[in-house]
Amino acid sequence: MSLTRRELLGGAAAVSAAAMLPKAAMSADKIQLGSILDTSGIFDAYGKPMDQAMRLAVKEINAGGGLLDRQVEVAAYDTQSDMALYSQYAQQLTRQDQVDVVHGGILSASREAIRQTMRKTKTLYFYNVQYEGGVCDRNIFVTGVTPAQQVEVLVPYAMKKSGPKVHILAADYNYGQITARWIQKFVEENGGEVVATDFFPLDVSDFGSTITKIQQTAPDLVFAPLVGGAHLSFFRQWAAAGMKDKIPLASTTMGVGNEHKVLTAEEGNGIMVAYNYSQELETASNAAFKEKWQAEYGDTTAIHELAVSTYQGIMLWAEGVRKAGSIERDAVVDALETGISIEGPAGKVTIDPQTHHATVDVHIMEFDGQGMKVIETLPQRAPIDTQAVCDLQANPDDNTQYEIEI
Amino acid sequence: MDLSFVILVEMLYAVASLVLISAGLAVVFGMMKVINLAHGEFMMMGGYATITAVGLGVNVFVAMLVIAPIVVGLIGLIVERLVIRHLYGRLVDTMLATWGLSLVFIGLATMIFGNTTTGISTPIPGFAVGDYQINGYNFFIIIVTILLVIAMYAVLRGTRAGLIARGTMQRSDMAAALGYSPDRIYMMTFFCGSALSGLAGAVLAPLVGLVPTSGGAYIAKAFITVIAGGPSLIAGLVSSATSFGLVNQIFTFAISPVIGEVALLIAAVVLLRAMPSGITGRFFKGKM
Amino acid sequence: MKRTMSQDVLITLVVSALLIWLMPLLISTYTLTVLVIYGMLGLSLGLIWGFGGILCFGQAAFFGLGAYTYAIAAINIGESTVPMILAVVVPAIFAALLGAMMFYGRLTDVYLGVITLVVTLILFKFVNSTAGPQYVIGKARLGGFNGIPGFQTLNVPGDPNAYIWGDPYFYVCAVALVIVYLLVTWLLRSSFGRMALGIRENEVRMGLMGYDVAARKTVLFAIGAAIAGLAGALFANWGEIVTPNLFSLGQSAEIIIWCIVGGLGTRLGPIVGAAGLAYLKFMLGQQSMIDNTLITGLILVLFVLFLPRGLVPAIASLLSSIFGHTRRKPSNRRMRRARHG
Repeated sequence: MSLTRRELLGGAAAVSAAAMLPKAAMSADKIQLGSILDTSGIFDAYGKPMDQAMRLAVKEINAGGGLLDRQVEVAAYDTQSDMALYSQYAQQLTRQDQVDVVHGGILSASREAIRQTMRKTKTLYFYNVQYEGGVCDRNIFVTGVTPAQQVEVLVPYAMKKSGPKVHILAADYNYGQITARWIQKFVEENGGEVVATDFFPLDVSDFGSTITKIQQTAPDLVFAPLVGGAHLSFFRQWAAAGMKDKIPLASTTMGVGNEHKVLTAEEGNGIMVAYNYSQELETASNAAFKEKWQAEYGDTTAIHELAVSTYQGIMLWAEGVRKAGSIERDAVVDALETGISIEGPAGKVTIDPQTHHATVDVHIMEFDGQGMKVIETLPQRAPIDTQAVCDLQANPDDNTQYEIEI
Repeated sequence: MDLSFVILVEMLYAVASLVLISAGLAVVFGMMKVINLAHGEFMMMGGYATITAVGLGVNVFVAMLVIAPIVVGLIGLIVERLVIRHLYGRLVDTMLATWGLSLVFIGLATMIFGNTTTGISTPIPGFAVGDYQINGYNFFIIIVTILLVIAMYAVLRGTRAGLIARGTMQRSDMAAALGYSPDRIYMMTFFCGSALSGLAGAVLAPLVGLVPTSGGAYIAKAFITVIAGGPSLIAGLVSSATSFGLVNQIFTFAISPVIGEVALLIAAVVLLRAMPSGITGRFFKGKM
Repeated sequence: MKRTMSQDVLITLVVSALLIWLMPLLISTYTLTVLVIYGMLGLSLGLIWGFGGILCFGQAAFFGLGAYTYAIAAINIGESTVPMILAVVVPAIFAALLGAMMFYGRLTDVYLGVITLVVTLILFKFVNSTAGPQYVIGKARLGGFNGIPGFQTLNVPGDPNAYIWGDPYFYVCAVALVIVYLLVTWLLRSSFGRMALGIRENEVRMGLMGYDVAARKTVLFAIGAAIAGLAGALFANWGEIVTPNLFSLGQSAEIIIWCIVGGLGTRLGPIVGAAGLAYLKFMLGQQSMIDNTLITGLILVLFVLFLPRGLVPAIASLLSSIFGHTRRKPSNRRMRRARHG
């Protein structure tokens, strides 16, 4: 058996590192990146492109020489849209695979299941999904947009185009409830009035009676943060009833999973949304990103907001590692807390040190011919909702998901 | 006035859609005492058949009313030959096997069509009733359902095939003794049941976004409606769909869609407790 | 059953001690824990279906109820002992009420299936729509679709700061399963258990002999629910979050599959089926070649077609034909009745 100098040094480094950093010991040569996403089951429309984006980002990092002269290796698990598997694979990643960072989780419930495990095992965790806001934990970084970031810009725009009376239809879970409250707040601040708020569990797909009810309240604008395949029926039934040209629609969720490509142009045109990303963004970085995606997967139609968030999340982490010069958790967290930013496909993304959320560009858009036409870009919107409750600089030991009182 | 008309249409629509989604299951259960838990997936496949056909340039009504039932009927035929026919007379086993099949179909559909929501838009425009807009497609569903029920009645009552089918339903051994092969009759019945499921899925497809797991939304409702209907095929189907549809819509309009759903379920519990063998176990005895 | 009770207990103890010692060498204890919990859940349905002939489509309702009871009580009390007890008692009471309603109403067969299915759906829909701030029990927000995270997990009774987690938690769950298994064994050997079998075989006959059939079925149903509730509480402790998915139809159906694959009418079958299939699902998540739903479905269809009695009875009869054991295995006819009851 011959030992090369590299192996010997590597071994020595591992041994000495093991004394200080038990986590680094196992990963010896390659940096381990853990990923937990639903790539099968009912949430895979979200999860599959996220998985592709994750692999694309890692490939790009490795092609550029890796991080700290080490290649990044992916350990990915498919949670099959099954809640029990989230904790199981989170355990697997931290205990068996001993990864250096975990990216993943889609639903908020899955994030909460993963987050506690990561915190206990001191493994850095990135959650790259648009969500309801309020998570305050030094161990997690959130790169998706939160309701206030979207609603703050979308409400005034939509009300200006329609009128002051608003009817809210929201998905009946954490995200929808909180978003509905933010909408109410901003509608009132802009001198409007919420005439009614209705909540729908995620499996409701028959909106006939609701459409009748909306006509009774006769609003100027319908705000519909509805989520998932079943709720998509609302937009279709709304158009089928001929309501589309009578009352305008706005949403904070429609299109996140590329739902606007399912509706026909006639059904979708004119729906107002606000997101961090649109395939129709005409920037150099987006064009470059789509080109890379095209080269890797041959087809860019699958790219959506969450996939781009995932890509940006991994790039932010990589930037943090480079800056820290180490993959050790606390060093990377400190580096990220300096307010690091990257230029992603959706524009500039900056980590907000106070909340570990992201300050991003928000684009007001309208559906147009199954695309999202960018109307206006509002650069660098801070996560004001989470900032109202969370200050990790003052309380680094915080570990709660706050419900934001409005 | 306008409002009450709109609400009336919504209620009729609710009843009609319950009849529609339960018809395929009712035929298979009524004739063969087989509970087809893949019923929802048959509907899902009807939806995909329609969307694929429309994508290939077929007229949407032809796709819904002709292509989808035939395609799904043929799939049902294959399933019957490969799996179900080995399990006749074993109620629980057929339920489990068809449940396994439903998973297989979900898996296959995911591999073929992917998990992104797809759909087609409604081919009939909405129109105004006084101050209110109403979904024109609802009328289409109501009419299709009425025609379907009439057709089922006519076939069972007026044709030789219907007579044989009814005979087999009551005494399959006697039918066999008279020279009618139950095996063939069951095969045809399953074909018809699957075709009906396919039709239902196709007709409802323009109203909802379709994913491979869409079937799950229908199976529980269809199952409850069919069982609560009891032994008579058509009378049971229509009576239980009417009761549940009305309860559902009354509570939906009065409170919210969720309460409407829950009210439907509670009504099912109360109904089965009061009439342990379904509505037609107590009323309309001996009708079809 | 030729073996005596004490022989049975001895074999169970020796085998399970061996397994508890050996299995952690093969599979990580964290995964093992959930396999054990699912095994207990499988056993709960195996008891009422395999030995009582009650096909419950809503066993997940009791599982979820146990988990939610635990979570809500643990948040309010801040200590785990009372919540654990409540998590067993509440589902049992709920099942007793539901069972009394069904069995005194002489509901059988598919109608029973529909009622249990519907009750599960109602619970699921209710819990799923409790996201608003108005749904609070004591200090606990019900949380709707997102479920309840962050409750007090299992601690040494009396000392809320001494958490039992990691490896010790596996041993707690494994021992709990062994105890439940022994209790089920004892129950089946008691006169109550023999009467339950009698009812499964011929309900009318038992009624004519003067036994209160409905009462006995209700009690058996409640016992099954208590075991499922305990499994639910253990699951809540393991996952540290409870979500409405626990009540879902998919979960109920999975329990039924475990029983079928493992073998109905045996005590061991449902446990083996549950642990085996759950582990398979865990393994499948690590590949992305074939859609996982497809594989699960195929397994179910193939089992119903070719091995309708399940793994454990099939292996048992294989062994006895090889080694020429004289142990009487459950006859085919009896099995079949059980499955259609």
